[in-house]
Amino acid sequence: MAPILELQGITKRFPGVLANDHIDLKLNQGEILALLGENGAGKSTLMNILYGLYSPDEGTIKKNGEVIEINRPQDAIDAGIGMVHQHFMLVPVFTVTENVMLGNEYLRSLGFLDKQKAADRVREISDQFNLNIDPDALIEDLPVGLQQRVEIIKLLFRNAEILIMDEPSAVLTPQEVDELFKIMHNLVEQGKSIIFITHKLKEVLECSDRIMVIRAGKVVGEALPEKASTNKLAAMMVGRQVELKVKKKLAKPGDVVLEVKNLTIVNKNRKIEVDNVSFDVRAGEVLGIAGVQGNGQTELVRCLTGLMKAESGEVKILGEETTNHTPREIIESGVAHIPEDRQKDGLILPYPVKDNLVLCTYYLKPFAKNFILQPDVINKNAKELVEDFDIRTPGITAFTSGLSGGNQQKVIVAREFSRPIDLLIASQPTRGLDVGSIEYIHGRMIAKRDEGTAILLVSTELDEVMQLADRIAVMFRGEIIAVVDAAIATKEELGLLMAGIKTEVGKKKPKKTTVREIVT
Amino acid sequence: MANQRNQLIKKKVKPQEPGATRRIVMGAVILLFGVFIWFAFSRNIGADTETIFVLTPGGGAETVPDVQFNTLRGLNIFAGICAALGAYQIAVGFKKYTNVILAVAGGILTISFLAWGAGGGSINVGGMLRVMILRSVPITLGALAGVLSERAGVVNLAIEGMMISGALVAAIVGSIAGLWVGMLAAIVAGGLTAILHAILSIKYRIDQTISGTIINITSIGLTSYLVTKILQNRDLHYLNDSGFFQPIHLPVLSKIPFIGPILFSHNIYIYFMYILIILLSVILFYTRWGLRLRSVGEHPKAADTLGVNVFRMRYVAVILSGMMAGFAGSFFVLGSIGYFEQQMTAGRGFISLAAMIFGKWTPIGSFGASLLFGFAEALATNLSILKFPIPAELLLTLPYVITMVVLAGVVGRSRGPAAAGIPYEKESLH
Amino acid sequence: MEKQSKKEKKSVVKIFVEELSRSSFVFILLAIFSGLVIGGVLAAATTEDVYEAFRSSFGEGILESLNLIWETYSSLFTGSFGKPAKMVTALFSGDRDLIREAYKPFLESLVTSTPYIFTGVAIALGFQAGVFNIGAEGQLFMGSIMSAWAGFTFKGLPPIIHVPLALGIGFLAGALWGFIPGWLKAKTGAHEVINTIMMNYIAFNLTEFLIGGPMQDPVDSFKTPLIEESAKLPRLFADPLRFNVGFFIAIGVAVLTWYLLYKTTWGFEVRSVGLNPDASRYAGINATMITIASLALSGAFSGLGGASIMLGVTFRQTQSLSTGYGFDAIAVALLAKNHPIGVILSAMLFGFMRHGSRLMQLKTGIPIDIISILQGLIIFFLAAPAIIRTFYRLKEPKKEFEE
Repeated sequence: MAPILELQGITKRFPGVLANDHIDLKLNQGEILALLGENGAGKSTLMNILYGLYSPDEGTIKKNGEVIEINRPQDAIDAGIGMVHQHFMLVPVFTVTENVMLGNEYLRSLGFLDKQKAADRVREISDQFNLNIDPDALIEDLPVGLQQRVEIIKLLFRNAEILIMDEPSAVLTPQEVDELFKIMHNLVEQGKSIIFITHKLKEVLECSDRIMVIRAGKVVGEALPEKASTNKLAAMMVGRQVELKVKKKLAKPGDVVLEVKNLTIVNKNRKIEVDNVSFDVRAGEVLGIAGVQGNGQTELVRCLTGLMKAESGEVKILGEETTNHTPREIIESGVAHIPEDRQKDGLILPYPVKDNLVLCTYYLKPFAKNFILQPDVINKNAKELVEDFDIRTPGITAFTSGLSGGNQQKVIVAREFSRPIDLLIASQPTRGLDVGSIEYIHGRMIAKRDEGTAILLVSTELDEVMQLADRIAVMFRGEIIAVVDAAIATKEELGLLMAGIKTEVGKKKPKKTTVREIVT
Repeated sequence: MANQRNQLIKKKVKPQEPGATRRIVMGAVILLFGVFIWFAFSRNIGADTETIFVLTPGGGAETVPDVQFNTLRGLNIFAGICAALGAYQIAVGFKKYTNVILAVAGGILTISFLAWGAGGGSINVGGMLRVMILRSVPITLGALAGVLSERAGVVNLAIEGMMISGALVAAIVGSIAGLWVGMLAAIVAGGLTAILHAILSIKYRIDQTISGTIINITSIGLTSYLVTKILQNRDLHYLNDSGFFQPIHLPVLSKIPFIGPILFSHNIYIYFMYILIILLSVILFYTRWGLRLRSVGEHPKAADTLGVNVFRMRYVAVILSGMMAGFAGSFFVLGSIGYFEQQMTAGRGFISLAAMIFGKWTPIGSFGASLLFGFAEALATNLSILKFPIPAELLLTLPYVITMVVLAGVVGRSRGPAAAGIPYEKESLH
Repeated sequence: MEKQSKKEKKSVVKIFVEELSRSSFVFILLAIFSGLVIGGVLAAATTEDVYEAFRSSFGEGILESLNLIWETYSSLFTGSFGKPAKMVTALFSGDRDLIREAYKPFLESLVTSTPYIFTGVAIALGFQAGVFNIGAEGQLFMGSIMSAWAGFTFKGLPPIIHVPLALGIGFLAGALWGFIPGWLKAKTGAHEVINTIMMNYIAFNLTEFLIGGPMQDPVDSFKTPLIEESAKLPRLFADPLRFNVGFFIAIGVAVLTWYLLYKTTWGFEVRSVGLNPDASRYAGINATMITIASLALSGAFSGLGGASIMLGVTFRQTQSLSTGYGFDAIAVALLAKNHPIGVILSAMLFGFMRHGSRLMQLKTGIPIDIISILQGLIIFFLAAPAIIRTFYRLKEPKKEFEE
């Protein structure tokens, strides 16, 4: 029987990069195919082509053996292909029904919407696949896990036979991921076929029927989950023997650098985002804050860096009170910050690299004297940092917008590390970066830790936290529900904590695995 | 899984209360209205003074008996009502209806102001209300134009320029080919100008504020240029003499006492306005086209992935917006004085935008807001005739000051379409 | 050997042409040129004589159009610059009156350019800070009327005190007018475009009120009294030349702004906030203060522009009609890509055009409003680089930072 979907020789070029290089892919009916590759490998491009958002330079797409043309999303939808995007394509102020029917509306006469009929259909699908969604709910009121289900309903509403799921587990707790896998198996049992894009090895082994590995735009291998191992897959993904363990010495924590006591943060709508949180970070240790996105970590960091007011409680740095100080005062207290969103909050992209490198220090001697900038000093500083941190840039006057993601992040890291700091607050420091950059930044952070800097790492990537942290605090619904020793906590235990279920950590015998997954 | 769910820590969700600060501030403001009425007005009026509110607007309508009352007593009652409302707001709060109550209090303040100023004499309230409706027409139409455009995600600052272009075209074509053709031509002119704005901001992705300003500058310059050329040449004067639409008194409706002459005895622009408000409301919120339009303004990427043509939708919205603005512009000539004057729009295009924001980007809300501005204008012109103790020019600044106050969010932060002002780029989803 | 040198020669020329096609200066020239062409066509299309000529024959029509366009632009030129031949001979003759007459257009154009420099710098500064200041006109008015007040109220002061005082008051009045929308934007997020426009209308009406009431001249109605002699900006030449030190103050302000923006920490902050307020905040910059200060300073410069007109040229406030300077200044700033030194040049371009247009209107009957149309067209072409680029087949600009 012909595969339900076949891609042959798909090639796509962008200026300066060959994103997809003659890729062949087969998807059989009723199968879950995992497409595995690291960030930047080309899997997203491939899927965008399949969904009609890009046109391939070469290659054909066949459905059920027949060649089809997909030039825009509508063509893909007509061919029964649907995509659940990593960043949800949902209008927050619309209801579930409105979002689901957008583009394929049920109509009464004269172009008037038949909202009732559409809502009924949504309910029907929700029941059939056990998705538990209320058609009249507003998207912005739904938790992330449920929003994802709305995306799935969107596809089923249009009778999609082939579902493409792009990094679906990025925003879910480990338990929610299990639920997702259940739904996926359910879909497949009822006749659908799924392509599942991810860079997470473990999930691929748990959930897929077949695995395809992509690296640098090419297919580098296929595997069956029963026969594959994480090591082998990792090697295929990255193309070399991978550092499976960050070499790090045992931490030697010193005095308390950051002290947070009973901190409560409230947002504009008076909703409590951070609830009576207390923790310490000592010099020479990494405290990792784990948790699914949206449990208060963002607000916590914004408060600690001076961008959001605390409702109550106090923050002390090296014994000095810094609660509700301005960002500049906090920076001057010896704090460095790597923000979550490097392009929006970390860099001024239209500025040349040399200016971004002094973004926090331009007003201090020797960069400025009496409010007048000293270009020689700034240039010298830039040259040194570019070399020291191996930042790939055409020059120190090149616009920062022209640098790759990894190098942009290096600019931020270089800037923050180039002044004497006692505390580093790093938020999702390696989001969206390639493995090389990830390794580099992790290495630098551990080095800083060993120099005696206290590091607060906030990351939704559990693996990253488990790799780097000495102690792990788990945030759930604005509270820190546990602080555990990284050496003894297991992923399962942390996952439960992240879902709000208090479990005893360390009760289970720690697995004797010394090989941890590579940072994903 | 199930039993683990049961172990989920029940989170104590603290009640979400809308800002206590805001409640108190609003209440204080309303209370202050009451205090102000008493302090500034009640105390300055003799016990014997009587005010007459004439409720019969002109225009050959049914007469309605005047309302006459003792000024001091009336003012005290008004002050009392405001104080009571204010106290309630501070203590309990009207929550959803706070804005409505604020508007009511504002209305009472205004009535008190009129009562005081007209103390010992009379003031034609009916007439003022009628003028208010009239004056609100260009602002409402302009706001509808703004809603069309911004709901689709394109900020349209060029409404002013499109209005004035529409006005001139209406005057010239109207002089040559009659009122209806003039109106049509103005609509077309607005649409054409909008195409320019659309191309600049959608295709070339120029900052929409700059694009709008370019059109404003060029339109105002072009219209001034053309009308000067016309006025220079006596032979061409006929080109600026279109005349205007006569009022139509709707058969049954215009005979309703008090309301009739105010709402139903105007020229067809007013009736068109009523129709357009309802039409646009229905289209925006109950039709497929409206749903898609709003999606494009809130989350264009989502719409794009579902097959909605974002660019085409935006083009259409902007062009319709221009047509509406051109129509609004024609009112200045064909619905009013019958000829074109330089800079006759006097910033109404911008006030329309404030009305749109105040009205939360809905047609009906915009209408309500424009009534406010229209009333301010009517008030200003009326009061200067009545020899109110405040000079005319300062009163004329009232609409503008109110706009600024509105925008400052005294009435609460309103949220516009999420993607408004951001040019849409088809790029990868990662 | 010969072949090689020929090859080299060719490539040098080629490189030069390529660089030129990439340069933004050429780009600006082409934008201006395109604007002039379209303006010319418009002028021709709306002139009776042209139509008459077309009625006789097509050739005559074309001739008449070209004639008109030539007349229009040449009178624009002579009105703004003067007649070059005349200027040279006058210089050599040494006759004072002759020289004055020959250089009058040029000097008067400089006078007209002065407020453009002030307001252009004001708006450019605003843009760099990320705020769109359409309120320059209103700020100019406030500067004008308040400096007038300072001019006629204080009597018996020596010029060395009176002039800076009056200028200072104009500066402060404009600053206030810019501060209010700035504060509103920073604290409430209200869009400064609408607020500054509202402030314009408030300023117009306020001025109208003042000249008809509290500041009215006891003798001449609807005017303010003439300012004292001691408040007038010193002129450099005798009447009827009105060229005064205001021009140099304007240049000074432009240079100062350039220095502030690119050489000081404050300017670094302003540009940061203008490009990315979020990242600026994260880095410790007080974006709120910067926004407010920038709009206030922008208003102050516009106010200074108004004061320069009042104290240098008009000496009394006689009207509340829009001067148009505030809106034209937007074009001035955009043309100069918000660079203060560039503003001097573009301000002079607009000032010269504005002054020359009077003669043009006299000679050809083309209303001066055509200048607004020209400005709109020029900005249009500047704002849509792609249009010009494809039309004239230019290349993409360099990708490096230039100061």
